[in-house]
Amino acid sequence: MPELKDGCVQPARGPILPASPPLPAGAMPLSQEVPKMLARVGKEAIDFEATAFVEGAGFRPIKLSDYKGKWIVLCFYPGDFTFV
Amino acid sequence: MSTDSRFVHKIWQEQELSKMVKGGVPFPMLSDAGGKIGAIYGVYDEAAGVDIRGRFIIDPDFVIRAMEVLTPEVGRNPKELVRQVKAFQHVRATGEVTPSGWEPGQTTLKPGPALVGKVWEVWKP
Repeated sequence: MPELKDGCVQPARGPILPASPPLPAGAMPLSQEVPKMLARVGKEAIDFEATAFVEGAGFRPIKLSDYKGKWIVLCFYPGDFTFV
Repeated sequence: MSTDSRFVHKIWQEQELSKMVKGGVPFPMLSDAGGKIGAIYGVYDEAAGVDIRGRFIIDPDFVIRAMEVLTPEVGRNPKELVRQVKAFQHVRATGEVTPSGWEPGQTTLKPGPALVGKVWEVWKP
């Protein structure tokens, strides 16, 4: 796979949420609101796009839904170069 | 996935992980800049600005089957992860259900009225 060009800042979409209903006229969007936990067992996973390092392929954006149809393990951890 | 950038992931892979795992870890190392994805998955610690230990199993229909979230001091058990994935795969393939501590090859349960009050007869851990 050819390596993609990648500058210092490459925004990824982050969480890809179902479209929310349109705001009533004049209402301000709640852009500062802290996102709430939406993940639930037995419910569909929340899609997202994130920038990634992939061994052998370099930097590329990855969407969780790219892996639809496979078993996926999604793993969060506090920080690179740490123990445990 | 962590709140580290993809650049830090690359150097971690080169400097450390590739010395622990031959060829380096083969899966994508994702960057959750700002913790927005972690927040949706319930693992973002706002005070510390990092994602804590969270692990999710998602099936081929894109449905979350399992989640495990720990505070950072205690590491995880990959054997238990593999056991759970195998159990969910078995359930998906057969429609049977797996009792606690089930390992591949062991007795499964067939849920239904006939099993009520009879689990003790078929399952002897």
